[in-house]
Amino acid sequence: MTTIRHHLSDQLLMAYAAGQLPEAFNLVVATHVSLCDECRARAGSFDAVGGTLLEEADEIAMGEDALAKALERIEGLAQATRSEPLKPAGIFPAPLADYIGGDLSAVRWRKVGGGVKQAILPTAKDASVRLLYIPAGTAVPDHGHRGMELTLVLQGAFADENDRFGRGDIEIADEEMEHTPVALAGEDCICLAATDAPLRFRGLIPRLAQPLLRI
Amino acid sequence: MTEQALSPLPSGVGAGAGSRQKRVGSLATTDDTDWAALLVKVRDHQDRAAFAALFRHFAPRVKAFLMKSGAGAALAEECAQDVMATLWQKAHLFDPTRASVATWVYTIARNRRIDALRKARRAEPEELDWGPEPEPDQAEVMEAQQETERLGRALAALPAPQRTLIERAFYGDLSHSEIAAETGLPLGTIKSRIRLALEKLRHQMG
Repeated sequence: MTTIRHHLSDQLLMAYAAGQLPEAFNLVVATHVSLCDECRARAGSFDAVGGTLLEEADEIAMGEDALAKALERIEGLAQATRSEPLKPAGIFPAPLADYIGGDLSAVRWRKVGGGVKQAILPTAKDASVRLLYIPAGTAVPDHGHRGMELTLVLQGAFADENDRFGRGDIEIADEEMEHTPVALAGEDCICLAATDAPLRFRGLIPRLAQPLLRI
Repeated sequence: MTEQALSPLPSGVGAGAGSRQKRVGSLATTDDTDWAALLVKVRDHQDRAAFAALFRHFAPRVKAFLMKSGAGAALAEECAQDVMATLWQKAHLFDPTRASVATWVYTIARNRRIDALRKARRAEPEELDWGPEPEPDQAEVMEAQQETERLGRALAALPAPQRTLIERAFYGDLSHSEIAAETGLPLGTIKSRIRLALEKLRHQMG
């Protein structure tokens, strides 16, 4: 396992634990946590806050026959046995592989120019998430953000003006950030990127292409 | 969205001093029940009496949690039933060195809420390769349970406005961008313990 240097923020992990993130962000968080024990442990500590609130919550009585119904229900319910989870063999951790319905070969890419490809994944509309395929050495068009953008590297690496991001690293970009990520030489770069607002590209051509990109 | 998100809380969420006293009281009466041991009985022996005890304690809390999150009574009752059935079904995934039973029940209830109220999927992290140990170290289990109790006391001791914000975040009254990361709760120790448990398990696997 390579060392992950760029992690999720406390704010995102708490919102994930509280169940308040848009579906698209949930997918990026779950995929990162699948690769990162540090964030898995931090997410667990925020889950514990939820557990504590539940433990101390006021109670609202269940219906009179609730327990009887529950016992009847589990009677016919097979307990899942412990099975070794199927570790996906490819580059996609399980939550992402579930969305794609397979690994890299199952992705339906669309070309967006300059060798860059993307695949938008189906989620609730409050935010969007896509896979991006950026050939090694290629720049992603310069763009600023409205809202928040999360980018998780799954293969290869990219760098922007500030830092380098490899497999498992997550970049959290906000409105102030304008950057030009470039996929580093070597392996083509594959990222999972979620945003809760459309990106705006700065050059004319990318701006014209934006409606086509649906971003 | 923000207008609605900042609207007053449903009754019972922004609880005052009286309700806090009640919380502390209820915590004291539940301290001595070993919920983790009961859930292990459910896991290993499909023990129905253990399940009934878990149900009587947790189902009314899950129902209250769901109603405070905006579910009607009938939906909350039905979902609480689902949550408890899931607890039965997934008992084999429960790792008492990483979470208390309350935390485990909470995560199941939260996911059921997303499903029922938002009709959205929630991606869950990959299960770890190894799963929980069949015979976990009892000292570690105790520590995990005690930490939850410490967290409960720390939560009760928070200034009311701060505690209300945390409650609002977890009951779905704040959007993700309104949630503040700074809780004032001693989460670092919990994180460190879970981290150690993960490392230990990885080491045993490797």
